[in-house]
Parts: sequence; structure tokens; C-alpha cells
Amino acid sequence: MEEILIAGIFLYLGSAAAYLVFFLLQRPLLQRVGMFALIAGFLLHTVYLAAAGFRQGHFPASNLRETLLFAAWAVAGAFFFVRARYGVKILGLFAAPLIAFVLLAGALLPDPPAQTTRLFQSLWLMAHVTAIFLGEAAFALACGVGILYLVQEKAIKTKKTRYVFRRLPSLELLDAAGYGCIVVGFALMTLGLITGLVYARAVWGRFWTWDPKEVWSGVSWLYYAALLHGRLRSGWRGRRSAWWAIVGFAVLLFTFLGVNFLWEGHHREFTR
Amino acid sequence: MVALVLIGINHKTAPVELRECLAFAPQETVEALQELSRGPAVREALLYSTCNRVELLMAAEDREGAVAAGRRLLAARNRMPQELLEKSLYVHENDEAVRHLFRVASSLDSLVVGEPQILGQIKEAYRQALRARSSGVILNRLMHRAFFVAKRVRTETGIGGHAVSVSYAAVELGRKIFGSLEGRRVLLIGAGEMAELAVEHLIRQRVAGILVANRTYENGLDLARRFNGRALRFEDLPQALAEADIILSSTGAPGFVLTREQVRPVLRSRRHRPLFFIDIAVPRDIDPEINRLENAYVYDIDDLKGIVEENLEDRLKEAVKGERIIDEAVIRFRQWLEGLEVVPTIVALHRKLEAIGEQELKRTALARRWGEQDVEAARRMLAAFINKTLHEPTVFLKQQGHRPEQTFSVDFVRKLFRLDE
Repeated sequence: MEEILIAGIFLYLGSAAAYLVFFLLQRPLLQRVGMFALIAGFLLHTVYLAAAGFRQGHFPASNLRETLLFAAWAVAGAFFFVRARYGVKILGLFAAPLIAFVLLAGALLPDPPAQTTRLFQSLWLMAHVTAIFLGEAAFALACGVGILYLVQEKAIKTKKTRYVFRRLPSLELLDAAGYGCIVVGFALMTLGLITGLVYARAVWGRFWTWDPKEVWSGVSWLYYAALLHGRLRSGWRGRRSAWWAIVGFAVLLFTFLGVNFLWEGHHREFTR
Repeated sequence: MVALVLIGINHKTAPVELRECLAFAPQETVEALQELSRGPAVREALLYSTCNRVELLMAAEDREGAVAAGRRLLAARNRMPQELLEKSLYVHENDEAVRHLFRVASSLDSLVVGEPQILGQIKEAYRQALRARSSGVILNRLMHRAFFVAKRVRTETGIGGHAVSVSYAAVELGRKIFGSLEGRRVLLIGAGEMAELAVEHLIRQRVAGILVANRTYENGLDLARRFNGRALRFEDLPQALAEADIILSSTGAPGFVLTREQVRPVLRSRRHRPLFFIDIAVPRDIDPEINRLENAYVYDIDDLKGIVEENLEDRLKEAVKGERIIDEAVIRFRQWLEGLEVVPTIVALHRKLEAIGEQELKRTALARRWGEQDVEAARRMLAAFINKTLHEPTVFLKQQGHRPEQTFSVDFVRKLFRLDE
């Protein structure tokens, strides 16, 4: 089984390398190689996660290792969405290394023997984890697109049209793709929070327990709600929108990892 | 041996007046080619004439005769002093003629390196030569190689990439800001050749509409009519900014026509949709400080010229790669041309048959367990058979002498027996 995971990591790393060289040399073939390696890696990755789930008899997100493996999978899935919907090919330059890094980090962590708890067999929980992770993956890509936007915007403002200007897509496309990621991410996150609340009610008898993870998730949700509000109400776009997406992802990372290390709470056991 | 000769003038050697009067219309080209190939000196001929060059390509046994015939043809049309023509004329032979043709077709010899029209013009010239029946085995092959090489140079190097004119550089910038320019609105302030050219480029990108603001309202009306747009009064400029996405300014005003203070509130009211200012006026019309506002981009004429210069530089770098592709193609063509001679073809034919005979002989000798003497006898028999078989074709090829039919036959024999593989 581990061989599949290792092969997947190498495919993702190869994809990252292909995207990097594509960016430098602009050979269309390299972009196709990068995309193909990413798809192949994703298939192996999917097989591995499915097999792990079946073997343990529950959704494979019960410790930090499994969480990271699943997070990397979600980022790959979100990348395919952005690639198909907006055609931002060069986003692979951001996505492929991110996926490879998260997957590698997860794979290097010890794999503690899983104790099958009834907690992880609930459909509500599966929906909660899947929606949250896909939503966070979409926010991660919004951050990546935001970085590309800032780089391209800087090139145009400073009138350097020789390098990144030629290699990155138009500001309009990057802005639209970033906005699309935020909308999708926000919808999924909302869904994830609702299913989480319902699940909490079923298990602990209360919707909301002021658990630190819950609080920070609420903060992240409000943050992205504010960003969407600014966009719809006052037409925030471009640089401002890009910066918000980048900072937002930092808030998310803190919610995802930081909270677990700083505070106790009922998410702690899943992500240690 | 057949020689290839290219004679002509181009933008580097001849002034425009001379190029003009030597230019051939399509029907004239066909007639000139027919006349040339009626003469004894020239076997095959092709002529292309664009605004930057007039060149005549010939395949001939008699090299000097062909050059003289070519000179006569051009001199007959010339209405400028003949010594000017003599001074401007260049003659390339064989490899150099082939290389020159490949460079022209690949747009390496163009005034603007990498411009895409030239290949189409050469293809058209080839069609005219076919119509005049002046293109034969050699030029047919040569022209197809030229088209192939040109395509390779275009796809494998960046020779055709990125804008090399100010107005097209502006369009390219617009595309990087707005994605597609379709549906964007353009505001033209003032008038001028370059600005109008840029507007035409933008219209080709299917922008939604043109607004024209001119100090003299009547002039604005005229321009607006030409571009199918709408004229507005100069005082209404700030309001027009709310509508327009691309602002092209080219007035003779001594100071700024638009300032940062005027633009800032507009951005808010247009919900921060980007504004792209193209300032081609000297002195400048658009306050450069506007570039520091979020979602506003200002490029003046120097910026655009700088981009064009850089892009041209990059094209020249890519052209070096193109030269390497051409070097290779020139050698390949020479090899083919040399193969068209009778003697090497007959030798190659002998070798091919001998190789087949030897192979079959070995097989039979092994199966039948022939002794050394039997094999020797059979080998002598085979050699005699091959010599006698090839006698008639050899006589046939040699009898044709150095005529176009011979080139055709040799080429045919080489194809029939696959001697070039």
C-alpha cells in the first residue's frame, strides 16, 4: 500500500518540476506533462485513501497524518475545478508543489494504530469533513491565484513586460478565478459548518460549545463573508481582493493547525 | 549540373521608388515567367514581388545566361537610372540562393523580422509560377522545402511573438488587463494618425463602442462617424470616464488633460473596474500619477516604444535559432540536388540491385548447400544480369542530355527505386 502513496508523491513532485520548467521555458508540452503527472498522482492518491478507508472501516481523517493526506487530495480536486472552469494553467505552479508538500509532510508522520470509534462512521461527519476540506482547498487556491494576480499587477504597473507579463494570464482572468474560488470555498465551508453543528448536536447534545476550533472556524467564516460582502456591495476587486484572499488563507492555516497545538478541544484528537 | 540563381532587390539595397517601379502585378508575373522560360537559358523560374522586394529565382544550366536574362527582364521595367538598379541588384547562386529563399520565406529577411505576411506572398508567387508552367522538378521541390522550413521556424522559435508596433503593443497590454477586449468601451481624446490606427486595432478586437472627445466638436463628430461611435463635448470628459474602459489620448494640449484628482472619484463610481490609459501625446495628456491609483494603468508613448524595442530585440535573438534551422535545410536540399545527376543515380541503382542479389544468393546457397565454386558462378551470373538489365535505362537517362526531361526522369527513377532512403 505504501508503494502507491510513494509513487503518488513522486508523480506530484514530477508535476511540480514540469510546471516550474514550463513557466521558465514556455514549452506547451511541459504543461501537458505537468497536468498528466498530476492526474496520475491524483488517481493513485484516491486509490490509497479509499483503500485506507475500507481497511479501517471509517473515514480516514482521524489523526494528523490522515488529515494531511486528505487535505492534499482536496487541493488537487480543487485545482482540477479551477483548471477546468477558468483555464488558469499556470496555477499548477502553485498547486502542484503545495499538494506534494502537504502529502509528503503527512506521509512522513507516524501512522498510529487506528482505534475504530463510532464517531467516524457517521455520514454527517463524512459530509462535515469533506465539505470543510474541499472548501479550505478552494481558499488555498484563491490565495495562489491572488499571489499570481499581485505579481502580474506589479509587472504591469512597473511596465516590465518582458518576463512574468508574458507568462501569466490577464488580470481579469486571475481576478475572476480568485473570486470563483472564494465563492465555492465559502459555500462549501458554510455547508461544512452546518453539518458540523448538526453532528455536534447528535454527539454532544449541543450545537455550539465554544470549542477553540469552532470559534476560529466562525472567525474564518465571518472573514470570508466580509470579503464577499465587500465585493458585492462596493466592488472590491483586484489587489484588495487578492490581499484578502492571501491573508484569509493564513487565518485558515491557523484554524487548521495552530488551534490544535495551542488549545485543547474536541478537535484535538483528530489532528494530533 | 543545374545551377540555382536568385537575382533581385530588397528594402536593404534599393530605395522605395525603385522597388515601386519594378513591382509586378500578378498577371504581369505570369507573363514575365512565360517569356523567361521560352528563352534557352532558363529552365525553371519563379518571381515574387512585394512592397519590400522583387526577386527572381531561376534554375538553369547556363548560369551566366540566366543572370543576363534576369537582368534584362528587370531593366526593361526600370524607369529609374540604370546604374541605380545595377547598384541595388544582388545575385545569389546555389546554396546562397537556397538560403536566401528560405530566409525570406521564414521572414528572417523582412523589414520587421517575423512579420507573417511574407509566407503567403511567396505561396502566391508559387501559384503564379505553376500557372505559367515555369516551375518544374527543382523549383517544386525547393518551394515545398521553403514552406516547410518557414513553418518550422515559426513554430519552433519565438520569431513571430509579441507586438512590434506601438498600436499593437497597446492592444497586447489591454488584453493582459482585461482578458478579452470584446465588449470594452474605448474613449478617444483628440486625434492623430497613431491614435486612429490604435482605435482600428481595437475595433478589430471587437470593442463595444467608441467615444470621441475633441476640442473642436465638429472634428469629433467626423471621427465618431468614421468609427461608428459617439462624439461628446470636451467638458464632459470626466463623466465619459465612468463609461469607458480604455482611454486613448492624443491631443496637442500643453498640459495634462486628465489629472489624478479627476480620475480618483471615477474609479469608485465604476466599482473599481480597471481603467487603461494609453497616452500617445507629446507633451503628455495623462497625469502619470494616475498609474499609482489602484486598478488604473497608464502607459505613455515612451513606455510603448520601450516595449516594442524589447520585443524586437527578443525577435532578433529568436532569429538566430531560425538561422540554424535554415542551415540544416540548405544542406539537405543540396544533397537532394546533387543526387539528381545521372551518374550517381546509375551507381546507386547498381548498388541497390547488387545488394538485393547478394542477399537472395546467400539465402539460396545456404538452403541448397552450394559449394564455393557454385556460389562464385551464380555471383558472376547475377552481375551480368544486372549489367544487362540496367543497360537500357542507363542509355535512356544519358541520351536525354542536360535537359529538363532528364532531371524529371532521374527524379522519377530515384523515387521509383527509393534511392534516397
